[in-house]
Order: sequence, then structure tokens, then C-alpha cells
Amino acid sequence: MADGLTPSQTIGPFYWGSLVSGYRADLAPAGVAGERIELALTLYDADGAVVPDGLIEIWQANSHGRYNHPEDRRNLPLDTGFEGFGRASADTSGTARFATVRPGRVPWPEGGLQAPHINISIFARGVLNRLATRLYFEGDPALATDPVLKLVDPARRSTLLATCDAAGVWCLPIHLGGDRETVFFDC
Amino acid sequence: MAHDLYRRTPPGQHPPNRFDGYKSTASRSPTRPAVVLPQTLSEITGPLRRDERLGAQENDLTRQRMGEPLGERIVVHGRVVDEAGRPVPNALVEIWQCNAAGRYHHPGDQHDAPLDPNFYGGGRARADDNGAYRFVTIKPGAYPWGNHKNAWRPAHIHFSLFGPAFATRLITQMYFPNDPLLAYDPIYNSVPERARHRLQAAFDMDGTQPEWALAYEFDIVLRGRNATPMENGHG
Ligand SMILES: [Fe+3]
Repeated sequence: MADGLTPSQTIGPFYWGSLVSGYRADLAPAGVAGERIELALTLYDADGAVVPDGLIEIWQANSHGRYNHPEDRRNLPLDTGFEGFGRASADTSGTARFATVRPGRVPWPEGGLQAPHINISIFARGVLNRLATRLYFEGDPALATDPVLKLVDPARRSTLLATCDAAGVWCLPIHLGGDRETVFFDC
Repeated sequence: MAHDLYRRTPPGQHPPNRFDGYKSTASRSPTRPAVVLPQTLSEITGPLRRDERLGAQENDLTRQRMGEPLGERIVVHGRVVDEAGRPVPNALVEIWQCNAAGRYHHPGDQHDAPLDPNFYGGGRARADDNGAYRFVTIKPGAYPWGNHKNAWRPAHIHFSLFGPAFATRLITQMYFPNDPLLAYDPIYNSVPERARHRLQAAFDMDGTQPEWALAYEFDIVLRGRNATPMENGHG
């Protein structure tokens, strides 16, 4: 049977039981090192309508820039209780919310460091393949030299930049299509 | 030169983002090409969810409520492997499905078919060291979905897998062999023809439990690693 990959299919509108019990919108219990932040990711379709039935997952390094994974062999601290994975469903306004810590910087394979970022997976009815993107923090001085942003058309880089609202929440609109289509990655 | 840890997926394996027969894809599919990203630590790490403690009944969807659900009891089992056939040990496998009547235990599902108080429809299993997983559930029903006139989804079970990295994340659906609705389903048929059969479970007579349940086998193949330079050097 293993003559190729298992093909991707849409998550559909009714993901529920198992996935709901796996929800983890607050990634950082008390005591985890780093600056606590809140994220609000809002999904829009190509016509600008909110997508109220999407599922968003995030994956990130801890505040020291260390991933909780065996491939990250660097001698940096791991925080007890911080895995770096979050999952939340969009609400009726298309927004999925997370509480976490601001990630540290992780290396670029050819040398140097990447700007702090959060890796994002998007699933929804009508989305046949997982859409992968990233969240960066507007105003971060490391953005200017980030090697991933350099791969992106300058006119579209802002689609990856979260902005901090009056309440201190980092907000990122994610457009699945249309004029402001978000940059998605093939990784 | 950057060296990607995981093999790049050639065309012909996955559906396109936009598939005209599946209406919702029209407004939910990016039109610009994805930016090809070298695999960095962010892509080759990912949630392993090893700290996830699974309840004793989580892989038996017929025993999560007070009584037994209605429908045809089935065993669904298989292996999680990579492209080279190597097991993905300890993989967390999540599933969800509708009940035997074709109704999801979900507030958004308005299909006029009965809910089953004894069926919730969600389960999780941890693959063993050989990548083998096993669920007990009931055979899901077909349901209408309004995509086009007289549109019915073939019976299916939704599957979610992480694999070892962010790059290997997969959500898919398992179908049953010889289902006449497969020919009419745009979601199934969005997959390139040569790859579609990989979404069908195989009926497994050897795995059926006498006097108790039929079995279906569904192996899941996730992206595998590129050969390392050292492996190349050793032929
Ligand atoms: Fe379904």
C-alpha cells in the first residue's frame, strides 16, 4: 500500500470530539520563563468574509529560542510545562486566541539567527491542504535581517506581521485569498 | 547548501488547493504560489505530544458513553509509516466521525438524522513502537452536504496526524472500499487519480473478530527523511 504519501483532505466543518479534547489555547502555565503575550489570529476568505469554522495550530520555540523536540540539540534551557504547541478553533468572528510567551530566536541553517516567529497551520472546510504560515512581531529590530522575510516579496511581507492593539494583544489577520492574501510557505 | 531533512513532495500526491467540484474551495484557496522555505529548526521540529495522557477508552468509540452506540461495530487499525515504510513510533492518531445514521455530535450539523446519545464520535490512539494503531468504532453513515444537487459524502472517518515535525503534519479522511458514493464525491475526487486509492481502507478478513466486529486496515504514509549524506556514502 505504501506506494506514496497519504493524500491530504479537508478537516471539514465538524471536527470535534478528539480535536476538541486536544485544545490548548494557553501554552504557558505560570512559571514559564519569558514575556507573556496574547495572540488573536483572524481568518478571512478571498472575499473578505470571516471564516468562522477554521482550526488554527501554532508551534513555537520557548523564550530562550529552544524547541521542545529532539532535533533541537542546542544547549539552551527547556521550560517545564512548555511544549510550544497550541490549538484553537476560530469563533464566530473568525478569531482564534492563544496565550503564550514571546519566542526567542532560532538559527538559520546557513548561519545567523531568524527573527522571533510563531509557526502556524490552518485547517478549514474548503481547505484541502494544510496552509502553513508564520507570525512575526511588528517593530522587532530582528525583522530587518530575517532570512525568511528576505525570501518574500517586500510588498507582501506585512501579511506576516502581527500588530499590537490597544489592549496589548498581538493581532494577525490571515487572508486565505484576495488582494491581501497571506504569504503561505511550502516547507 | 541547505539540506532539507524531509523529502519535498512531488506533484500528484495531494489535491490542488482549488477544486471546482468542491465549492467552498473557491473562496478559501490561495492563488499565489507558496514561498518555498528551506527547512529550518522551525520546520523539522514539531509537537510530539508525548505528554498527552490518553484515557483507557479513548480508542474505543463504542465505550465512551453509558451504553453501546447503534450501528455496525468495526475495528479500524493500521500502521503509521514514512515514505520508506519505516514506522513512525508513538504517533498520536486522532479521529472523528459521524454516527451510523450520518449525524455528527456537533451543534453545526443540522442533518435530519437521529443523534445517538451513546456515540460522541471522537477518539485518539497512540501508535506503538512499530507505528501500529487500533480503534474500535461503528461504521459511519453517509450524509448529505449541500455542495451540489443530491450531494452525499461517502462514509468516512477523519484522521489527524502530526508525525515527527511541523513539516509532516497531515489531516486526511479514510474511506471504505467499494462505496458507490466515492465516484460522486468531489472531496475524494479532488485527489489525483493515481493517489486516490490510498484513502481507501482495505477490508481485513483476517482481522475480523468472530461474532463481534468486521475489521478494516488503513495504513498512513507521512513524509519521510531524505537520505543523509552519510547514508549516501555507504550506498
Ligand atoms: Fe465528515
